[in-house]
Amino acid sequence: MNTLTTKPLWYRLRPWVWIILLIAVYLWAFNGLNFEGVQSTAKSVSLSIIDGFAHPDWDYVYDPEGEDLLRGLLDTLIISILGTFVSAFLCIPFAFWAAANISRLRAISGTGKVVLSVIRVFPEMIVAILFIKAVGPGSFAGVLALGVHSVGMLAKLYSESIETIDPGPSEALTAAGASKLQVLWFAVLPQVIPQFLSYSLYRFEINMRSATTLGLVGAGGIGTPLLFALQMRNWNRVGVILLGIIILVVLTDLISGWIRKRIV
Amino acid sequence: MKAAAIEAPQRYKRYLTWIFFVVLIVVCAIQTEVTPYQLIVGLPQMGTLLAEMVPPDWSYLPTIWKPMVETIQIALVGTMLGGILAIPFALLCAYNVMPNRAVSVPVRLILNLVRTVPDLLFAAIFVAIFGIGPFAGMLAIMFFSFGLIAKLTFEAIESIDPGPLEAMTAVGANKIQLIMFGVLPQAMPHYMSYLLYAFEVNVRAASVLGLVGAGGIGLLLDRSLGLFRYDRAAIIILLTLVIVLVIDYGSTILRRKLL
Repeated sequence: MNTLTTKPLWYRLRPWVWIILLIAVYLWAFNGLNFEGVQSTAKSVSLSIIDGFAHPDWDYVYDPEGEDLLRGLLDTLIISILGTFVSAFLCIPFAFWAAANISRLRAISGTGKVVLSVIRVFPEMIVAILFIKAVGPGSFAGVLALGVHSVGMLAKLYSESIETIDPGPSEALTAAGASKLQVLWFAVLPQVIPQFLSYSLYRFEINMRSATTLGLVGAGGIGTPLLFALQMRNWNRVGVILLGIIILVVLTDLISGWIRKRIV
Repeated sequence: MKAAAIEAPQRYKRYLTWIFFVVLIVVCAIQTEVTPYQLIVGLPQMGTLLAEMVPPDWSYLPTIWKPMVETIQIALVGTMLGGILAIPFALLCAYNVMPNRAVSVPVRLILNLVRTVPDLLFAAIFVAIFGIGPFAGMLAIMFFSFGLIAKLTFEAIESIDPGPLEAMTAVGANKIQLIMFGVLPQAMPHYMSYLLYAFEVNVRAASVLGLVGAGGIGLLLDRSLGLFRYDRAAIIILLTLVIVLVIDYGSTILRRKLL
């Protein structure tokens, strides 16, 4: 009992200070949102959205000529496959740069890690917009955006798996007089490739989700027709596109999960 | 002996996998007409774009400060509301709290559906309902983080130590007491850490919500790019970068204290 009462005042006050601080932060945040009330059209719009989702525009699924859902989804799928592929290769040098056990100097891997976290903090939409400005709107910008953005996370995961490899084989190769490149090729890569593939698949799942919205800024895929449908308040079409996105995402998750289980 | 038996099929499978990958990439590249040639032509354009970004327009900083703050506010409120909403759902679909599969399986299905909808799509729909502004963005972030936090939390709940729960059941505790004194104390640190993680993700997400009219800094970014003011876009990107880094760093420290 005695020990409880003799605790410094700060320790007893600390939880309350935290709670008051949190409440203050949230009051400030709520104030900033200046909620202007529900719009007068909200009810009718909501009803037509629900109606649209209940009656998807099935004619849009396949249209022999011109844009349709299946083509949009295929485009999205391809963007995420190519984007993942680009980043899976692009990030290998970054991964070796950032892995602490590859370079002797701590500073080298340290700078590599900083570079990767800088790449990671850029939202991919911003990367996508930059690439659209550079190579024009379309799937190519989407592929580049996913490819460059994913390097940040993928190279970090890659470098972590490089750091956890068994040093035995590379020591043995070095002792037998292998060059640095030979050590990499015969001792390091065989150990890390299964993990690289598994992380790439995981990233592919994330990219799939991003690819569905890349089109909202003009980087190809299903997002572009989705944006048009949203702007024209064509809720039946939005409904069918949303359904398509959900099916595609669930399917790719299932397939890549199945492949990943077999790799590891 | 065993190794030799595994060796042969593995090699043949590996070749097949590589061939499959190469064919897949080539087919995809043909389908989208993505060629290395395009990349080589496009790269100098990328260079000019970056060159136009320097020097950033520092005088634009006071103008973008308020939308940036709004972005953080959207993320804060959205994360909190989504996190609160996630608690009952996470409890409902954890098998060790809700053994009745007739309840937990449909709830899981709903969670999975919510998580497949991208945040920008949520934002676009809410903009249509509630009009242009930060409120629509906040709702989008709320639904998005609800799906994320609920999923992570129910996995944490399922991995808690069953001992205290069994002990409480043995002495006749009811369901509410079980959750209050057995489940929540164990799952709380994980939940808080996921909340922080969702907040980090949401700050990034909120910074682009403006592209579809849902408030925050994204609107200004879209506008400056549309007007070819790359020096202004650069300062917006730089500020976003700094804010995200600061928040990531701060929440990493907080999370380390929690766990």
